[in-house]
Amino acid sequence: MSGQKVTLAKALNMGLRKAMEDDPKVLVMGEDVGKLGGVFRITDGLQKDFGEDRVIDSPLAESGIVGTAVGMALRGYRPVVEIQFDGFVYPAYDQIVCQVAKMHYRSQGRSKMPMVIRIPFGGGIGAVEHHSESPEAQFAHTPGLKVVACSNPVDGYWMIQQAIACDDPVIFLEPKRQYHADKAELDDSEAPEPLFASRVVRRGADATLLAYGPTVKTALNAAAAAADEGRSLEVIDLRTLSPLDMAPVYESVRRTGRAVVVHEAHVNLGLGAELSARITEECFYSLEAPVLRVGGFDTPYPPSRIEEEFLPDLDRVLDAVDRSFGF
Amino acid sequence: MTQHPGFGPDLAEVFGPAAQDGGPELIQLLTPEGERVEHHDFRFDPGAGVDEAETIRGFYRDMVLTRRIDTEATALQRHGELGIWAQLLGQEAAQVGAGRALRPQDYVFPTYREHGVAWCRGLDPLKLLGLFRGVDQGSWDPAERNFGLYTIVIGAQTLHAVGYAMGVQRDGAVGTGEPDRDTAVVAHFGDGASSQGDVNEAFIFAASYNAPVVFFCQNNQWAISEPIERQTRIPLYQRALGFGFPGVRVDGNDVLATYAVTQAALQRAREGQGPTLIEAYTYRMGAHTTTDDPTRYRLSEDVERWKLRDPIARVQVYLKRNGLADEAFFAAVAQEADELGVHLREGCKAMPDPAPLSMFDHVYSELTDELTAQRDGYAAYLDTFEVSAGSTTEGAAR
Ligand SMILES: Cc1ncc(C[n+]2csc(CCOP(=O)(O)OP(=O)(O)O)c2C)c(N)n1
Repeated sequence: MSGQKVTLAKALNMGLRKAMEDDPKVLVMGEDVGKLGGVFRITDGLQKDFGEDRVIDSPLAESGIVGTAVGMALRGYRPVVEIQFDGFVYPAYDQIVCQVAKMHYRSQGRSKMPMVIRIPFGGGIGAVEHHSESPEAQFAHTPGLKVVACSNPVDGYWMIQQAIACDDPVIFLEPKRQYHADKAELDDSEAPEPLFASRVVRRGADATLLAYGPTVKTALNAAAAAADEGRSLEVIDLRTLSPLDMAPVYESVRRTGRAVVVHEAHVNLGLGAELSARITEECFYSLEAPVLRVGGFDTPYPPSRIEEEFLPDLDRVLDAVDRSFGF
Repeated sequence: MTQHPGFGPDLAEVFGPAAQDGGPELIQLLTPEGERVEHHDFRFDPGAGVDEAETIRGFYRDMVLTRRIDTEATALQRHGELGIWAQLLGQEAAQVGAGRALRPQDYVFPTYREHGVAWCRGLDPLKLLGLFRGVDQGSWDPAERNFGLYTIVIGAQTLHAVGYAMGVQRDGAVGTGEPDRDTAVVAHFGDGASSQGDVNEAFIFAASYNAPVVFFCQNNQWAISEPIERQTRIPLYQRALGFGFPGVRVDGNDVLATYAVTQAALQRAREGQGPTLIEAYTYRMGAHTTTDDPTRYRLSEDVERWKLRDPIARVQVYLKRNGLADEAFFAAVAQEADELGVHLREGCKAMPDPAPLSMFDHVYSELTDELTAQRDGYAAYLDTFEVSAGSTTEGAAR
């Protein structure tokens, strides 16, 4: 497979396939994941090759999917649950927050919950309501859950396998508008980075952009545009949202003195708030300006014809960078 | 596998292949061949003093126009004017039968596919398109025609319907015997939705409070790629019994039967006799939505088989064969459909995008100070583009 160029959708599909080949206890569950291969085709072909017992089309009930996955996990399986769209995870919210997140704690570590809950998240695909949400903070706020977001095909391939191998429940966020956007070369021979690690994806000296999932590309584009204007921006792909991997962030911000967080989720009590607080606590004397946040406004996700107004874009990121330099 | 004695009949025998075409319980008043048939419990009654043929011609017109809304919207999606469209092809009779049985005071809670019911409620179909075009999330006032906003989260609206019905009960608008006062509520949902916790909870609340609600499930055999067998192993209508209220299965491609059964269930509700589950047995002839590709999961033979049960063709045959409608009538309906098509095409293309700042409207009854600041900040930001680029639209288009 070395050298193959694939999309994020294909990379996730290959990662799932590899995980299923490696461990017979890995199961896939969800709505339309079987014959259809999921509405985004992430599970394409898996039911054909692994059978209906391992790739399970579920009745249309998210609480049911996650709740039965809990039972499967208690029986020794490693369920990978697909939630069809971000906005449809809420019927399962109770199971995720009250059951999945707490099982290990309540059982004093006796019952493991090695479950992955895959959620296509974020906007930008012109969809109707409930199809463009960014619910990460709701899960990152819940002790017991780990939350990660991939941003590119190579990460998609490795991170899904690592999440499946993880003994803790992982909320696995996939930027749906990136599914079929860019291709990248997969190289199986290189060892992957650890799952719960952030990564500097572009070196820079003047300010640090913090992004994850769909906004990594936005941040990289902004950094490229800034470079044309003589400003050098560092970009960090957080990758893990809970736990956060702050060491690379602190190291970067201490060097640049400025940080701008970019996410699609509402700014109010979003992940940016936590990042801002931690950076302020740890890098106070290095900061040249307050940490700024660029994100979705504190409104419901708007009708798709104006979603580009809601979503952080290159201009809004650069505007925040300008404001940072204005301090 | 035979059942252990004492556990009742073997389900495989009771609900086996014989139930495939709707089974013996299917209530039908007009066959696919266009023949009127009798049913021992239900008969088509357009109301005292109302001309039966005229009513049936009206149904025909409703169904043709509903189908036109659907084909027109599908075409608009193909031309990029709509982001997506949920097609109702094949479900016209179920929706028109259910829609025409309503009285003005009754209230409807739709899914995202009830374009035919919306039509019967007198909603301008252009209003349905806004959600799918991405310019709004429901452009009509639900209270104006007692037709709720489309609900995308599967099954959620069934609980709303029960709560609304409980309000009706508390207002004393049930069982008074006054035809203009007694009120029923309809909850629409699909076969897939029947698996949701919300729907099952709605059944329980409705039964517990004897709420004046009709659960109208269009079993179109598919929930995207999942066949009905994934959701249930008994006919859906039979679930009602377990919750403590009656359920019936009607031929959802038969507008007369659907009308008759819905009318009777609504009347039960209005009289204070409580909830009913109607399973309208039909078929989703099109894709789930315009983004779906059904060739990946179902056989074209099935679709071909269901074509023979077309809801509109059977009414047309019936009207023609019995001399109840002439060529002029059919031509007039076709003409009206063409005009509706023009209305939808032109109206849709003329729908403006919302103003960017409108996104801050209506988050709360009154804009909060926080949100005001956010909106004003964004407006000021947009203005910077006006200065540098010379046009707000250019800035706003970024
Ligand atoms: C809670 C929730 N989960 C998933 C979805 C995605 N989804 C939209 S329609 C649909 C299938 C619904 O099938 P059914 O209830 O039979 O109605 P139909 O679409 O066939 O009319 C699914 C899974 C959703 N809208 N809401």
